Amino acid sequence: MTNQDSLLVVSSSPHLHSPDSVPAAMRDVLIALVPALIAAVYYFRLPAVMVILACVVSAWLAELACLKVMKKGTTTGELSAVVTGLLLAFCLPPTLPPWMAVLGSVFAIVVAKHLFGGLGHNIFNPALIGRAFLLASFPVAMTTWVTPIDAVTTASPLGIMKEAGGRQLPGIADLFLGNVSGSLGETSALALLIGGLYLLYRKHIDWRIPVSYLGTVFALTSIVASVKGNGMWYPVFHLLAGGLFLGAFFMATDWVTSPVTKAGRIIFGVGAGIFVVLIRLKGGYPEGVCYSILLMNVATPLIDRYTKARVFGGVKSHA
Amino acid sequence: MRKASFKGGIHPHGYKELTSGKVTVPARVPDKVYIPLSQHIGAPCASLVLAGDRVGKGQKIGEGKGFVTAPIHASVSGTVSAVELREHPGGSFVNCVVIENDGKEEWAETVKPHKSPAALDSEQLRKIIFEAGIVGMGGATFPSHVKYSPVEGKRAEVVILNGIECEPYLTADHRLMVEKPDRIVAGLCYIMRSVCCGRGVIAVEDNKMDAVNLLEKAAAGEGGITVHVLKEKYPQGSEKQLIYACTGKQVPVGKLPLDVGVIVNNVGTAVAVAEAVEKGIPLIERYITVSGDGVREPSNYLVRVGTLFKDLIAQSGGYAGNVEKIIAGGLMMGKAVFSDEVPVVKGSSGVVVIRNDAKREFREYGCVRCAKCVDVCPMFLEPTSLVKLAKMGAWEEAEKFHVTSCIECGSCVYGCPAHIPLVQYVRRAKQAVLAAKAKEKK
Repeated sequence: MTNQDSLLVVSSSPHLHSPDSVPAAMRDVLIALVPALIAAVYYFRLPAVMVILACVVSAWLAELACLKVMKKGTTTGELSAVVTGLLLAFCLPPTLPPWMAVLGSVFAIVVAKHLFGGLGHNIFNPALIGRAFLLASFPVAMTTWVTPIDAVTTASPLGIMKEAGGRQLPGIADLFLGNVSGSLGETSALALLIGGLYLLYRKHIDWRIPVSYLGTVFALTSIVASVKGNGMWYPVFHLLAGGLFLGAFFMATDWVTSPVTKAGRIIFGVGAGIFVVLIRLKGGYPEGVCYSILLMNVATPLIDRYTKARVFGGVKSHA
Repeated sequence: MRKASFKGGIHPHGYKELTSGKVTVPARVPDKVYIPLSQHIGAPCASLVLAGDRVGKGQKIGEGKGFVTAPIHASVSGTVSAVELREHPGGSFVNCVVIENDGKEEWAETVKPHKSPAALDSEQLRKIIFEAGIVGMGGATFPSHVKYSPVEGKRAEVVILNGIECEPYLTADHRLMVEKPDRIVAGLCYIMRSVCCGRGVIAVEDNKMDAVNLLEKAAAGEGGITVHVLKEKYPQGSEKQLIYACTGKQVPVGKLPLDVGVIVNNVGTAVAVAEAVEKGIPLIERYITVSGDGVREPSNYLVRVGTLFKDLIAQSGGYAGNVEKIIAGGLMMGKAVFSDEVPVVKGSSGVVVIRNDAKREFREYGCVRCAKCVDVCPMFLEPTSLVKLAKMGAWEEAEKFHVTSCIECGSCVYGCPAHIPLVQYVRRAKQAVLAAKAKEKK
């Protein structure tokens, strides 16, 4: 009766799967980073290309080496390492010597990712650990900024703000388009917004994290502005300056290191927003996005535990 | 108006267009039927017949001990050729009565219409329903007379008929609602009477508006019966999610629908009840969908219990291409069977044949904590955490995380980008938790 030569497959239900996969999601993240990549290359030219290549290639090789040494075979990690490398490059100064970038990239993959157990087990966002490592190791090179296109040494917009000296702050339009000094992939809020919206549309990230993160920064700086009488440009400046958009759409939303509960994601975003404002206004550094996210990464298991949803039909949740 | 639904869930492609417009046809009655003696939850039946016995159509051939069981009836007239262990679509081997069909379709003497069905009281109705071997036909196969029996201190306020059919490919319930709306309403009335309850709801997803209109017409004459249109979403047809969508009540953990005053039955069960009460016909046939990309002509059938899957597939034009899986039930919760020589049972809602050229990937990646499983879980569990605990064998911890509340709907697996078979891990954990509990009781 049957035209079967082979045996039937018998497996556990369900027998239907959406076309989603980890490699496909990673591809989408790379696609979402393309606008910012174009902006980075346009504004910072050859040095930016060098840093990006150094980061991506070394991250990829480091991943392959780790998989080989740890005898893990191939995993979906390869593409995620490319994402990590690209994200790390985006938060480095365009003038950074490529060998430093390589060091940061290898540190991110080997120490922050694989020593913690590889993809899915890392506590911290690897790209941000790479950046933090480089900032601690090479403080001067990591805080040397240049103007876009003509590459004249200058201060970052947040640096100018911190100094409170007489230097002219860049305009809001330049901040939005990315025509300011800064890390090579963070300057164009517009390009990052396009990528972020794409990720939201593809349902790879939850709106709760970027909205609560950006919203908290905006709300807190609005309060500061109204106390100081700075006017509405001040909170908008804080939103667009530095790496906030990059952090909000691509770093804080990292699956592995952010909470799994919906309520938890809002707490995560609000917490990170508070840290950004605290570091920018009261801390020693002009910028706080990197550390704000790393600090909330640490809190993620705790947030998950206390925001666990009550089971359907449950009386009280387990704390 | 915003249609009622539940929180969580997924929107898989339905593939219902393959069969939703096809009128149900009676399946060819086979020369031999293979009737398993366990087609329900509860005590399996012992055979009342021996090889060589003549049986009439509708004759009782199996009976179980105790209260939670349901008798089994012959679906054809003819001669019993064997009582032997055979494969059941559930995956195990069970005793089956094999009957050689004489083609005469002679009813057993016990099958006769009740004189005045309108005069029957609740207890008499439950007795008829028990004798007819009626079980939940949505797939759970819980004996209906048990469900309808009064429980001290609990009262049924509403009977909900489940016409959701949220499983991809399946359209048998849809066709039943379109073709026999009057019988569904009649059956619902008897069920309401047998549980002494004045309110009935027929719940249908908004992708079956033709059925909604016909049911509304059929129910127009009956007081207390309304048709609820719910949003198309999987698993809308799951009992707890359905009750929530219809009444706003959550069935407490470890409790039954009756604890919130609700009794849920499949629409097919209602028709079986009407047939039993009015005509005295036991449950020997049912609506079933044969579909999937592995059969040439997907169709809906009215089929006798005991008909082999391969007969149905042959009637549907045979296999198309190289077949990978045959699923008893729907794609999301159905069971993959070992062979096509398993019979249709009371709980068979569909036979879905899947070809292997779809390039399905079975490789399991590591969890990346994307939380898609958490977002879609209709029971508000954290499937990813349950899997981690199951992998560690941390059963006690898994119990604290409510692993036993999992309804195994498969929504988490459907969307998992790491292709982790979460339900499989959860089943393992559930079994371990239940086994530990059983041990404690001893």
